Amino acid sequence: MTDTSKHPLRSIRSADELLAYSLALETEAVDRFNDLADQMEVHHNYEVADLFRKLAKIEGLHIDNVKQASAGKELPALMAWEFEWEGGESPEGGLMEEAHYLMQPWHAIELAMHGEQRAVEFFRHVAETAEDETVVKMALEMVEEEEEHVALLKKWQERFPKPEEGWDEDLDAPVLME
Amino acid sequence: MTNDKIALQLQPKEYKSAVKPVWCPGCGDFGVLGALTKALAGLKIQPEDAAVISGIGCSSRMPTYLSTYGFHGVHGRALAVATGLKVARPDLTVIATGGDGDGFSIGGNHFLHTCRRNPDLTYIVMDNQVYGMTKGQASPTTEPNWERAKLTPSGTGINPFQPLAIALASGANFIARCSSSDSNGTARVLMEAIRHPGFSMVQVLSPCVTFRPEQREWKRSLIPAPEDMQRTPDPAEAARLLMTDEGVYTGILYVGDRPVYQPKLKSEIDNIATLDEEFRL
Repeated sequence: MTDTSKHPLRSIRSADELLAYSLALETEAVDRFNDLADQMEVHHNYEVADLFRKLAKIEGLHIDNVKQASAGKELPALMAWEFEWEGGESPEGGLMEEAHYLMQPWHAIELAMHGEQRAVEFFRHVAETAEDETVVKMALEMVEEEEEHVALLKKWQERFPKPEEGWDEDLDAPVLME
Repeated sequence: MTNDKIALQLQPKEYKSAVKPVWCPGCGDFGVLGALTKALAGLKIQPEDAAVISGIGCSSRMPTYLSTYGFHGVHGRALAVATGLKVARPDLTVIATGGDGDGFSIGGNHFLHTCRRNPDLTYIVMDNQVYGMTKGQASPTTEPNWERAKLTPSGTGINPFQPLAIALASGANFIARCSSSDSNGTARVLMEAIRHPGFSMVQVLSPCVTFRPEQREWKRSLIPAPEDMQRTPDPAEAARLLMTDEGVYTGILYVGDRPVYQPKLKSEIDNIATLDEEFRL
């Protein structure tokens, strides 16, 4: 799995800005998991599709939390590419190319866990570089929350055996019909 | 078109159609689809004011997945159709999409002459150096020693086609290279390509994870070109960069200012005498 730990290029300056980043991060996570679920459904990998859909729902709950925290505030309105993620993509938004039509639940959880770990690194970086005490406090809470997700995903993953070497071999790879 | 309409800010996902892509999970083309929807949203181009034209191949399915107008056309002929559309409907934002086989082999001749003609359209080539839809044959951009294709088990032994150098030599007005794994970066480049007058050629290195899984490494090997090398208006400088960077530099590598090809529309020709004038020997 590619390690593309991402930090913003500059420090987060206000609580509103941190909330805008959190909202973007969680929204991209929901979109990514839904896209992956769609892809798996198209390729008849329904077990993994259901898992991705479930992960999308869980991330959706996080969006609700961030929206609650942002109630009554006017967050900076940024387009996807205006966020200064290190490497260009949000911590939980990348890694689409790690998907495979034969992937198993173990892989799906592995992929989700990497996203959560990058989110931990992102918020930790925010906490370490922010000057505003409210931002530091909020970022540390978010670190804690994301670490809980990593721990939960680890437990989930233990329920599935690690696939053996060659799990992705297919002597009749897919062909798209016009 | 009213000003209210132009100002309408849609979200990127509103540029996606209800059809779910059938690309293999992990395919780089998902990143390009995401980038294109972000670019259209960023430019506030309304879906009904844009047309995406393609040929045949995995990446040529792009129009199906968008809510803009689209035409999934004939193999290699995306640029011919796109040029015709732009000439007839200059008010539309016209974008052609396709792959390396469709664009540089089957449609190679159209590619050269569209660069030369310089119509105001953007061409996005999702280059994965393989014919994926037909299960993994070497394409024009495949390296000569790639030995995993059943038709060429000892490699092709043929020099790969250099699309950006050829585009420059043929007269393309804007040249860029992107990585599909950098969807936000690609969106920024596409916005600039669409805005730039004339023919904009954007090569997006987009891995085929099924037939060329090693291309996942592109994420690490592709690097942004140094800032002082980007956006040069000097074709000689751009040529030097394109011929020596071994295909690893991303960014906007040439920005020209050639006049755009846009012949008069029939409705602009006021009388028969004007028409006669056009056909005078």
